[in-house]
Amino acid sequence: MASTLPTCHKGQRTVGPRQGLPRIPPRLARMAELSRDDVAHLAGLARIDLSDAELDKMVGELGVILESVATVQQSPIEGVEPMSHPMPLVNVTRPDVVRPSLGAEAALAGAPEADQQRFSVPRILDED
Amino acid sequence: MTVVDTEATISYDDVLASFDPVMGLEVHVELGTNTKMFCGCATEFGAEPNTQVCPVCLGLPGALPVVNETAVESAIRIGLALNCEIAEWCRFARKNYFYPDMPKNFQTSQYDEPIAFNGFLDVELDDGTTYRVEIERAHMEEDTGKSLHVGGSTGRIHGATHSLVDYNRAGIPLIEIVTKPMLGAGERAPEVARAYVATLRDLLKALDVSDVKMEQGSMRCDVNLSLMPKGSTTLGTRTETKNVNSLRSVERAVRYEMCRHGAVLQAGGSILQETRHWHEDTGATTSGRPKSDADDYRYFPEPDLVPVAPSRETVESLRATLPEPPAQRRKRLQSDWGFSDLEMRDVLNAGLVDLIGETVDAGATPAGARKWWSGEIARRANAEGATDVASYAAERSITPAHVVELEGLVKAGRLNDSMARQAWEGVLDGEGTPTAVADARGLELVQDDGALEAAVDKVIEANADVAQKVRDGKVQAAGALIGQVMKEMKGQADAGKAREIILAKLTS
Ligand SMILES: [Zn+2]
Repeated sequence: MASTLPTCHKGQRTVGPRQGLPRIPPRLARMAELSRDDVAHLAGLARIDLSDAELDKMVGELGVILESVATVQQSPIEGVEPMSHPMPLVNVTRPDVVRPSLGAEAALAGAPEADQQRFSVPRILDED
Repeated sequence: MTVVDTEATISYDDVLASFDPVMGLEVHVELGTNTKMFCGCATEFGAEPNTQVCPVCLGLPGALPVVNETAVESAIRIGLALNCEIAEWCRFARKNYFYPDMPKNFQTSQYDEPIAFNGFLDVELDDGTTYRVEIERAHMEEDTGKSLHVGGSTGRIHGATHSLVDYNRAGIPLIEIVTKPMLGAGERAPEVARAYVATLRDLLKALDVSDVKMEQGSMRCDVNLSLMPKGSTTLGTRTETKNVNSLRSVERAVRYEMCRHGAVLQAGGSILQETRHWHEDTGATTSGRPKSDADDYRYFPEPDLVPVAPSRETVESLRATLPEPPAQRRKRLQSDWGFSDLEMRDVLNAGLVDLIGETVDAGATPAGARKWWSGEIARRANAEGATDVASYAAERSITPAHVVELEGLVKAGRLNDSMARQAWEGVLDGEGTPTAVADARGLELVQDDGALEAAVDKVIEANADVAQKVRDGKVQAAGALIGQVMKEMKGQADAGKAREIILAKLTS
């Protein structure tokens, strides 16, 4: 199929209001106190096993970091669109043409363990 | 505190007596592009493990993803076919989670800015009525790798010591199509769910954006279900049954979850918001993991990709490429071909619409095309255990041209019906074209009227009583004589002509 999407138009406007959809309210609009449960939950999501002592320590350390970062919330952002990309570009695409892959040997070269031409990883508990 | 059995079920009628079902369906479709969503790796199904991977889809440091132009076009065409609005500007987002099926530790998806939103799909039910499914959104994302759990006996994760991962599938373009809550289907909820997935599959096939093979996983369905007490307008807690991968299973999974929710609620319990696993063999679901909050995925805009902002001209030029909607096409073809509802349904169920269309285009009559494709050819395919007549025919190089040729031989008076069947037998055995088979097997109606007349005379003499009945005006008795004549001619005569001669001799 012939290309119908413009590719890489420099200087094209990048700001555009999102239409039709309800805006999902930005999270952490107000920086809340970080609780020990929050840290434990985040550690769980990140699959990091923290001891009780480490948890206590992290609550304090993360709290300080959050507090420092929170100063950006004092910026006057009235009427400023959130930015997700520093370059004013849209529609950077590539044609649907196959390019060489790495090859299994090279792909697996960095794997700590491989078996049957696959990456071998520890089993994941409680999920399927 | 009473303990409620969350795995019990009540009868379907009991559920309907007290509750109204609410469904939401999420369908994932793998696009049939040559390459992945963000890299140039091939997407061949069944390739050797980890041969279609590169730094981008393996998430190696420093790799830069670039969007597949054809995938975006397909996404927009799907959105348009679902009567959606197409975003003027939208972004990709990172959905963060740690699981070995995604080597990047996030899936590149779309979050609050889908490429298509606010659409609908009209679904025709068996009784001819239509249910309108409202579409919430269709967004672009990428597929995950495939894990093989080893060390246990069952190939499932329980008892496994480790998992082996193949990333060939990771990064293949996916479109996720999400419905709004489907209300008011009542007792027909399972049928509506199935009909929706079937209609969507037909539509995607017509768009030629995916091979939509549920059995190979290129189309997958998650079923959300909740119950509302009758008369209530507050949605109940839903469960999400994952990977329901056949039309029949979609129907069964809805019904099963309705009966299970009904049991829990009727016993005074409450539904736990969780994912459920579907078991094809038992027709039941089992508890999975508690549903994660969207917050837990910590979505944020993908900084490595720039926004997709299709111009309105682009959208309109893609709209111009949309095929005729399958339901409309079916109605048009049925009327063009003069098929009854039953004939059309049989042809549809056998997947023969396209073949018959091509055969008619090649010059056959619709009746002839239907007769041979759904007759001799389908019968043979079924007898040999083939599930799909079209691919059975393709494997044997049987084409619409063969059907046209055979019909021509019958029309020209060279073959009668039973000879035509013998000719098919030869063609399906790989003996060549209908003409070649007829030549090789000596299939040819006797054109010599003298021989036919002699046979008629012989039969009339031998069956004087029957002949007398015909003379007395019982024309239908001639059938027995025709049969005798055909036998006398060893089948190589035109039965119509034999009838003509018999009637001429006995009734004039
Ligand atoms: Zn790749």
